Amino acid sequence: MPWDRNQMAARAAQELEDGMYVNLGIGIPTLVANYVGDKDITLQSENGMLGMGPFPYEGEEDPDLINAGKQTITELPKTAYFDSAMSFGMIRGGKIAAAILGAMEVAENGDLANWMIPGKLVKGMGGAMDLVAGVEKVVVVMDHQNKAGESKLLKSCTLPLTGTGVVDRIITNLGVLDVVEGGLKIVECAEGVTEEELRAATEATIV
Amino acid sequence: MKKVYGSAQEALDGLLNDGMLIAAGGFGLCGIPELLIDAIVESGVKDLTVASNNAGVDDFGLGKLLATRQVKKMMSSYVGENAEFMRQYLSGELELEFNPQGTLAERMRAAGAGIPGFYTKTGVGTVIAEGKEVKQFGGQDYILEEGIFADLAIVKAWKADTSGNCIFRKTARNFNPPAAMCGKICVMEVEEIVEPGELDPDNIHLPGIYVHRIIKGEHEKRIEKVTTRSRENA
Repeated sequence: MPWDRNQMAARAAQELEDGMYVNLGIGIPTLVANYVGDKDITLQSENGMLGMGPFPYEGEEDPDLINAGKQTITELPKTAYFDSAMSFGMIRGGKIAAAILGAMEVAENGDLANWMIPGKLVKGMGGAMDLVAGVEKVVVVMDHQNKAGESKLLKSCTLPLTGTGVVDRIITNLGVLDVVEGGLKIVECAEGVTEEELRAATEATIV
Repeated sequence: MKKVYGSAQEALDGLLNDGMLIAAGGFGLCGIPELLIDAIVESGVKDLTVASNNAGVDDFGLGKLLATRQVKKMMSSYVGENAEFMRQYLSGELELEFNPQGTLAERMRAAGAGIPGFYTKTGVGTVIAEGKEVKQFGGQDYILEEGIFADLAIVKAWKADTSGNCIFRKTARNFNPPAAMCGKICVMEVEEIVEPGELDPDNIHLPGIYVHRIIKGEHEKRIEKVTTRSRENA
């Protein structure tokens, strides 16, 4: 059985270590916050906040307090607010230890495409290009294949890039792979998924 | 010098020209200068270039200026919440210059700090780098990005004193300080105006030197995505 969204998020949470400042992207990456357990993780929201808390209780939403996905959130005792220039200063400056992001395509050399499908989806890159350029460790969480059953882990990306050679680790519904010299290296398979199945589902070179 | 004005219309009087470049604060619908945007819609000024992280939604914020076709070009990082924007852009009626979010913020901050250009690794090897100078520092490629020198900045703060010293509230700060800094003239709307001395000088988020005109008003402060958790799981 491949991992579901929550299992992928739980696996991604294992990448986080005590004391880390972390930025979580929209979608499955947001769920990672539910699985950090006792680890002291400080979440950054790139619209200008460190120490992001959970969603508010109904009736306690504050229009002045949202995350980068525009959702209402809450603050914690350790929260700090700042402007967008400082927020991306800490991202570009390498102060954020890890970013967990979604992806449309990843290439075997670590290239990432996650912001645009020409002619179809032109919403914009938001902070994704800054994050992958500046953050120390970039972990991608994504489905291994698209709806047509084609690999999203490719020899080279076909969509416009978010960054070149920026991905360190890929967590999919089928397993965990690292970007290494010459291609992708299988770190582990999802429970019930064999290495052969994972290889067969992957276009990228597996070394 | 008197900085406090009676209304958004008064505060913008004499400042609006066709074809001008306006920098706007806000992230999504959070911390946007909603009253000043409404007044710009009413003024009928056109062919605007607007530097703003987002473009509002169809019936609120900068979306209103798009609906009236007063905007010629947007400089933004993410415009996914606005169907009219998409329609105008895909039909070629609206120019769009995508900027990575941090690059957009830094382009504003840099211009406000007198820095016309800077090198960044954001966007290297992507479409963002096309046509831009590449320079190596320490063996790594960086691209040249230019400061955004706006004719006018429109921003929103929480409280200001009558000299323009101001504070923001929570994540409503976002692009407001860098946008304010990059404007030749900055007009600010706030929820409360106080006398000098009432704000702690050690805790001013943006000094009044960057703020030329101030108005106080009632803000709708619409929430884009209300997201809550249930009390049962607490």
